[in-house]
Amino acid sequence: VIPLGWSIGLSAVLFVIGVVGVLVRRNALVIFMSIELMLNAANLAFIAFGRHLNDVDGQVIVFFVMAIAAAEVGIGLAIIVNLFRLRETVFVDEVNLLKG
Amino acid sequence: MIPALFAAFAAILVVSSLMVILHRNPVTSALFLVLAFCALAGIYLLMGAEFVGMVQIIVYAGAIMVLFLFVIMYLNLQKDVETGVQVALRRGLGWLLGAVLLVEGGLLVSKAWAPRPTEPGATVPAVGNTEQVGLALFSDWLFPFEVIAMVLLVAMVGVIVIGKGLRASREGR
Repeated sequence: VIPLGWSIGLSAVLFVIGVVGVLVRRNALVIFMSIELMLNAANLAFIAFGRHLNDVDGQVIVFFVMAIAAAEVGIGLAIIVNLFRLRETVFVDEVNLLKG
Repeated sequence: MIPALFAAFAAILVVSSLMVILHRNPVTSALFLVLAFCALAGIYLLMGAEFVGMVQIIVYAGAIMVLFLFVIMYLNLQKDVETGVQVALRRGLGWLLGAVLLVEGGLLVSKAWAPRPTEPGATVPAVGNTEQVGLALFSDWLFPFEVIAMVLLVAMVGVIVIGKGLRASREGR
């Protein structure tokens, strides 16, 4: 019912919005949210192709991606909180040292 | 009816994701991201992926975004200051690169790349969507499922270690 091209086009637009967000923002938290947008664009493509091929495997992979995203968000936010404790900033261009 | 709903959800999705990257206040960005995830869940429902749509709302809009909001409010962030030549330059470059990427994607999509349907016409499955996903998950995908469980465990341990902080880990507490 929904053409495959629409879903893939929407997924591409969503991914590009995520990429632009990573490139233009300085706030580490917003960069992180943009990464979530890109993950969701990939999820949408998986669901669309799974629907197109009449296969449930696409939905299973999306389930795995969500689990990975949850793990990633936990670790990433812990790192950002630690960064804020050390540097009092979440702006990525003010953080230029590898050694704390 | 379904194409109209798809278009409406897609419009909400694109506008709210744009607001995520354009708004200065991180809390507002996070709330728009919740809206985007809910619209995406609606699109999943339209595509017949009911289980994934519900998990999207519970895990993404519920758990992950609450964690984001918690951290934003814990750090007590104010509105981002985005001034200066360097920042403006980077923003212009970012939008330019995004436009190039979008054109590239459009060219790829317009080519004849789509695989043909393996079965003509959508066959109606004998069982519900959740049951289908569960059957696939615990038969063909059992090993990846166990690996994901280990990944989540390792992530949990990692978060605890990182969250304790540098000084605490140096002192061996």
